[in-house]
Amino acid sequence: MRFILRAILLLVLLALVLSLPSFATSYYLGLVVKIMIYALFALSLQLLVGCTGLVSLGHSAFFGIAAYFVTLLSPESGAGNMLWLLPGAILAAMAYAAVTGALALRTKGIYFIMVTLAFAQMAYYVFHDTALGGGTDGIYLYFRPEIRLGDWVVLNIDDQFVFYVFTLACLLLTWLFLALLMRSRFGAALTGIRVNEQRMRAAGFSTFKYKLIAYVIGCGLAGVAGFLYAVKDGYVNPELLAWEQSGLVLLMVILGGMGRLWGAVLGAVALTLLQEVFQSHALFGEFASRWHLTFGLAIIALVAALPQGLAGLPDQWRNRRRPKSISSASAQ
Amino acid sequence: MDPAILLIQCLNAVQYGLLLFLVASGLTLIFGIMGIINLAHGSFYMIGAYMAFALQPLVAQYLGGGFVLTVLVCVVLATVLGYFLEWAFYSYLYTREHLQQVLMTYGLILVFEELRSIIVGNDVHGVPVPSWLAGSVRLGDVMTYPVYRLFISLVCILVAALMFWVLTRTRLGMMIRAGASNREMINSLGIDINRLFRIVFAIGVALAALAGAIAAPVSSVYPGMGNAVLIICFVVVVIGGIGSIKGAFLAAMLVGFVDTFGQVFFPAAAGVMVYLLMAAILLFKPEGLFKH
Amino acid sequence: MKKIFTHTALAAALALSAGSAFAAVKVGFMLPYSGTYAKLGEAIENGFKLYVQEQGGKLAGQEVQYFKVDDESNPSKGPENANRLIKRDGVDILVGTVHSGVAMALAKAANDSDTTLIIPNAGADAITGPLCSKNVFRSSFSNWQPGYAMGAVAAENGDKTAVTISWNYAAGKESTDGFKESFEKAGGKVIKHLTLPFPNVEFQPLLTEIASLKPDAVYTFFAGGGAVKFVQDYAAAGLKDSIPLYGAGFLTDGTLEAQGASAQGLQTTLHYADGLDTPRDNKFREDYIKNFPQLPPDVYAVQGYDAAQMLEAGLKAVDGDVSKKDAMRDAIRSAKIDSPRGEFTLSKAGNPVQDMYLRKVEGDKNQFVKIAVEKLADPARGCKL
Repeated sequence: MRFILRAILLLVLLALVLSLPSFATSYYLGLVVKIMIYALFALSLQLLVGCTGLVSLGHSAFFGIAAYFVTLLSPESGAGNMLWLLPGAILAAMAYAAVTGALALRTKGIYFIMVTLAFAQMAYYVFHDTALGGGTDGIYLYFRPEIRLGDWVVLNIDDQFVFYVFTLACLLLTWLFLALLMRSRFGAALTGIRVNEQRMRAAGFSTFKYKLIAYVIGCGLAGVAGFLYAVKDGYVNPELLAWEQSGLVLLMVILGGMGRLWGAVLGAVALTLLQEVFQSHALFGEFASRWHLTFGLAIIALVAALPQGLAGLPDQWRNRRRPKSISSASAQ
Repeated sequence: MDPAILLIQCLNAVQYGLLLFLVASGLTLIFGIMGIINLAHGSFYMIGAYMAFALQPLVAQYLGGGFVLTVLVCVVLATVLGYFLEWAFYSYLYTREHLQQVLMTYGLILVFEELRSIIVGNDVHGVPVPSWLAGSVRLGDVMTYPVYRLFISLVCILVAALMFWVLTRTRLGMMIRAGASNREMINSLGIDINRLFRIVFAIGVALAALAGAIAAPVSSVYPGMGNAVLIICFVVVVIGGIGSIKGAFLAAMLVGFVDTFGQVFFPAAAGVMVYLLMAAILLFKPEGLFKH
Repeated sequence: MKKIFTHTALAAALALSAGSAFAAVKVGFMLPYSGTYAKLGEAIENGFKLYVQEQGGKLAGQEVQYFKVDDESNPSKGPENANRLIKRDGVDILVGTVHSGVAMALAKAANDSDTTLIIPNAGADAITGPLCSKNVFRSSFSNWQPGYAMGAVAAENGDKTAVTISWNYAAGKESTDGFKESFEKAGGKVIKHLTLPFPNVEFQPLLTEIASLKPDAVYTFFAGGGAVKFVQDYAAAGLKDSIPLYGAGFLTDGTLEAQGASAQGLQTTLHYADGLDTPRDNKFREDYIKNFPQLPPDVYAVQGYDAAQMLEAGLKAVDGDVSKKDAMRDAIRSAKIDSPRGEFTLSKAGNPVQDMYLRKVEGDKNQFVKIAVEKLADPARGCKL
């Protein structure tokens, strides 16, 4: 019964999202694309945070590396070929993840958070201070890459509607992939590691290997989001790798709820809309210029009121009747 | 390198490190004793600096005092602010998970920055160095070293000594150290843990504000100054080991030297040096230099 | 003050829209309204609106409708902020911005949507260099210009060796490259270029190095909080009296109150100065102070003011019909602007060809000394126009 309800809900949402281009203006369409890209970004982090219990404050590095990869390697005079640019961007992100993950995963808890931050800052400074990526002014991506087999252009994403559907497809495929991954034996192992790593090790699992693979996959998927972001506006900048970006996507995951995979999507939608709303002059008049204040207060209120995030809201309501249990042990 | 130049660069490194220690010590205290990750710590540094700027004319007018009195007033106000903030906001964070603390204090940064913008505006301001400290010491034939920077180092050393004395020789220090080791035990011993935490938090805020106030004449007062300090502070705290004042001191010195000499010898990689240091240390000592 | 302006302009637009031939010209400001550059954003907008007010609230007989977005000097938000103005508000003309990284994003968005863009500050050479385009103009300067002018001055003063220092970012590099070009052309030699990561302000190690290198002069490019601190540190390190410090005008523009005594006597080059004492500049300053008593008229206000003049030149040529984009842009490009800074024209790449002035800090003013270089044009290297 619940399955059918869920399926119907999903189909309705899908229909809504697909029909949006017919009545939304160009600006709002672009906004929805941005939300989808951030949803993908948040989903990739959810694999680390919500599924494996690895809190990373350096996720923006992989987003940025992929974005710079596609921008730097796209030709200036014509469209590049997505058939190798997209996998290449993902592999670049994964390569950095493999190296830094192997080192970072030797630490735990707050130290892990800080080491991931450190590695992200290193990548940030490479793009910020060296001539590699055009420095702080950023660089342009002149032509959106297309899927080309020899001379045959299979898919060109210049059109806004085509790009919209393309991004949606990427988001849905990633979501499906992660859902299936978590249902597999590998996913079960990750869940076990998140709940109690000691026990998993005692049961004979090589937890380091599992964590590293999850880390690499998650960072590779962040690369997909970075690729899409670079292609969308055609402009990349070192600030994409800044810790504020890492903080923002972490906020999305936590706000949306770490308990469910789709919490990440919900968090991305909620946070982006919140930012739009607070900046809207129509709603707040002159006070809209002070939106950092309202946004900051909203974050505090939301995190305080929703310890399990938005996705945990139904559970929270259900538990209201029952007596409060002692706060559960936090995975450190 | 010329020995006089080397000496000056060492002085630069030490002074930078000492100032970092002042800010980081507050952070590590709060983190170590109370278990709260406070991202808004950089904002307290900024508040201290802006207070020094805003209060200086008022102190001169109503209290007839100069720079030192202004700094003292800032410290007192910051302590009161810290006490109030702990009661109003931070006390609710103890039972929360680290992640929620991170995010709520992140929201707090936004609130502080915007409030600062509303109250004081967005301009860059200078705070004049007091005239009795405005001289320079001659070192070598071209270069002089500002006396004020020596003053900063002196203040930091005095505060560090004071902290050491309080922690090892007073009852309060004993309670703090006990609270850091075992919070529940302290409570069952009848010591009012809430009041203790409030005091510790107020001290932490006061330390950061003091650093901001005395650094204001050399760093100038500008929006976003808290964020830059925050990240480096976290690096210092993590390298030193969370909750360890000794570790924070050593780590601050390390960071000071790496940053200073990194800028001189590897200007292109200067930004990365500190993070390389942190990564390197954590790979050998995953919980920092001095495990708490 | 701004609020009154916007409401007046809007009210005027609504009241008189029945009479105008076309709908109001939509101008979108993408400027920093928060953060360190907020004051600059405000000055630019004030300057722009002052000119429109002087023309009776209309440009070339057209009402002007304003939109604005705070770019927060954050380049990563650049494209979406630009799209707010272009797509959501549907502006005809974009005016922005201060930060070069944001300007790059803005230029890309303007190019992609074929919107006319007038940049009232950001000096990134690339925008009127390899990325130049028919729809992008500047009412300000290119980073190269003040640097080049100062190099000429330094060589004239008899300096043979120099050290350049700036943040490690495009603006710093372009400015110091400009200095190096003219300085070395005149026989001088830049012995070292020191950088530190942006926006780091711990200058002590590098000041120590300058002292050990003992050059004849130091040329620097810093702006905002960094400029304040550098000038103070330079003086505190005892270098001010032994090694002359030169800089691009931003070293001492808007920062003198904070810098105090440490800035006195500093020489800088810029396309504007205090004490120009021309009738045009005097009138501008008088009007500006009358309308904005809290703010001193500065180079940013002038740049905003001139952006409005450039727009008017374009609108006049097409009788207010903004849809005639090519004609309007050609008119802007060939315009001669009667600016408070002096008269200037635009190069083919869209950058002002203007006199660069040498200024000296006296009290709280950047006092005009002489013209450093006349009618200096940015070489627009890499521009295909």
